[in-house]
Amino acid sequence: MTSQAHDQPAVVATALPAPHSSMPSIGSLVRRPEVGSLIGMIAVLVFFSIFGGANFMSAGGAASWLNVASELGIIALPVGLLMIAGHLDLSVGSMIPASSMTIAIISGHYDQPIIVGILAALGLGLAVGFINGVLVIRTKVPSFVVTLATLFALAGLTLGLSIILSGSTSVALKSGPIAKLVLGDYLGGKFQVTLFWWIAIVLIVGFILNFSRFGNWILAMGGDAVSARNAGIPTDRVTIALFMSSGLCAAFVGMSQAILYNSAQVAAGQSFIFNSIIAVVIGGVLLTGGYGSVVGIVLGTLTFSIVNQGIFYTGFDANWASLIIGVLLLAAVLMNNTFRTMALTYAPRTKSRVR
Amino acid sequence: MTTPLLRLTGINKSFGPIDVLHDISLEVNRGEVLCLLGDNGAGKSTLIKILSGVHRPTSGTMEMDGKAVAFDSPRDASDHGIATVHQFGGTFPLMSIGRSFFVGAEPTRRWGPLTIYDRKRANEIAVTEMRQLGITRIDDGDRLVGGLSGGERQALAIARAVHFGASVLILDEPTAALGVKEAAHVLRIVLQARRKGIAVIFITHNVVHALTVGDHFAVLIRGAKAADFRKGEKSREAITDLMAGGEQMAELEAEIESFSAADDRQAPRDASHA
Repeated sequence: MTSQAHDQPAVVATALPAPHSSMPSIGSLVRRPEVGSLIGMIAVLVFFSIFGGANFMSAGGAASWLNVASELGIIALPVGLLMIAGHLDLSVGSMIPASSMTIAIISGHYDQPIIVGILAALGLGLAVGFINGVLVIRTKVPSFVVTLATLFALAGLTLGLSIILSGSTSVALKSGPIAKLVLGDYLGGKFQVTLFWWIAIVLIVGFILNFSRFGNWILAMGGDAVSARNAGIPTDRVTIALFMSSGLCAAFVGMSQAILYNSAQVAAGQSFIFNSIIAVVIGGVLLTGGYGSVVGIVLGTLTFSIVNQGIFYTGFDANWASLIIGVLLLAAVLMNNTFRTMALTYAPRTKSRVR
Repeated sequence: MTTPLLRLTGINKSFGPIDVLHDISLEVNRGEVLCLLGDNGAGKSTLIKILSGVHRPTSGTMEMDGKAVAFDSPRDASDHGIATVHQFGGTFPLMSIGRSFFVGAEPTRRWGPLTIYDRKRANEIAVTEMRQLGITRIDDGDRLVGGLSGGERQALAIARAVHFGASVLILDEPTAALGVKEAAHVLRIVLQARRKGIAVIFITHNVVHALTVGDHFAVLIRGAKAADFRKGEKSREAITDLMAGGEQMAELEAEIESFSAADDRQAPRDASHA
């Protein structure tokens, strides 16, 4: 009965006699499910280069979508990790204005040193993430519902406290040159410094997911939480840590926005809820968890930002951008499914058969 | 006689007012396959859950190597060398073979100042362990588990248990979802595990599979042990009868016979009308 199992490699060997070098073969490329996201990104880039004219490809044009991508990307990465682990975080939408208002009220309204405001804003992000994580673990309520609740609770808290403390829904913030340079300024008049933070976070998250044990735990939890726990993974601690990281990153974006724009508004940031999910899903992360990659999330973020900003460089009415994003989202998910299936059914290489 | 590796004495389990297991006593020896037979709802799953640390028995004792043990969690049970492989292998379909093999026990290596997951070593060990169980088709640990067949996934899970030094291997209906060839391969793997001196507890309601690999059989009926016998002591028909509750099966057969007799009488009449 094992004859079939024995024969199969032999058949493959005769079908693919080409010697294997260290170059990635087409087969191994197709096995990388980010291919779908890459094709999507190239497609929108080509589309908008053609219809957006020279302006879209200029430094200024690139800066416009890279800036959007950097803020979205900083949030999409930890949200993507959470999604890989089988959770969602909607509360980022309130976390951004909450942290903006925190730093503006502390360092603007009350004139405290900027570092106090920064630490308070980031601390708030960690605290909200911790609360999200503990609620999800303790109540066993799906994280969609838990973070939807904290989304609204935090929005209400931000609005209420802002009115009580500052009497306004918009607070001005003046920050020193160092804080500006590090957290909220344009380099060369065009590129936001958040771009560098995004790159740094990409490297960190990429390391965590691909090269650390923690990354393997995240994948396992999203694949099968019960088996993961039985295998000895501290699933509760991992969940809390992931929610804290998404809270922290959302707080970071809110804080840097306040420094960049020299003010904070109560009603900013709601667009990040869906935009972060869209970027992550376009990037090939499975909404139900267990699968995804950092390269994919980065590509998804870029794709989203190119469409979102590129539309302004074309002759089209900007109202069409959402239609394109909707269609793109669906197309991307279908393409990602196809590539995931190909990755699953890809026949083994014959190189190491001698061993 | 040597002390059995695992001995259950008078295990009872009730959930609230419902008694699920009554007075179960079993012995499992090294290098032996104990087949746990029973119809759906006979209490097999509950018994496995007690053995693997998910539930604690209401009363009764468990001993390993003559020493009393009580498991607080599945993790605790696996620390005692009890590994449970569920019907679908308990593996992660979208993870690579190497990664899922080492979930929770990833090998690491130094990389500059950092400690990183050693993908190459994980893949090599996983592929080697699977080859030892006769899965020769797999030579790339980067392949996704979801691309394996059902039998190969079972093999992966069993290879994992063997690698991490399990002394008792609980297989929960490993052949139920498999085709004939695949099931035969899994049975062969079970025998290989037995040869390594592992005590295997094989849960199934397929009498043929049980008779192929079993050394020792226990039949559960409605939470109680109805029979306990060794290889060759009972015929296949006798075991099937026992599992289904003998008399009930005979009644059912009689009933079916009367139905089909009625059909036979009706059929020609319908034909003449048409």
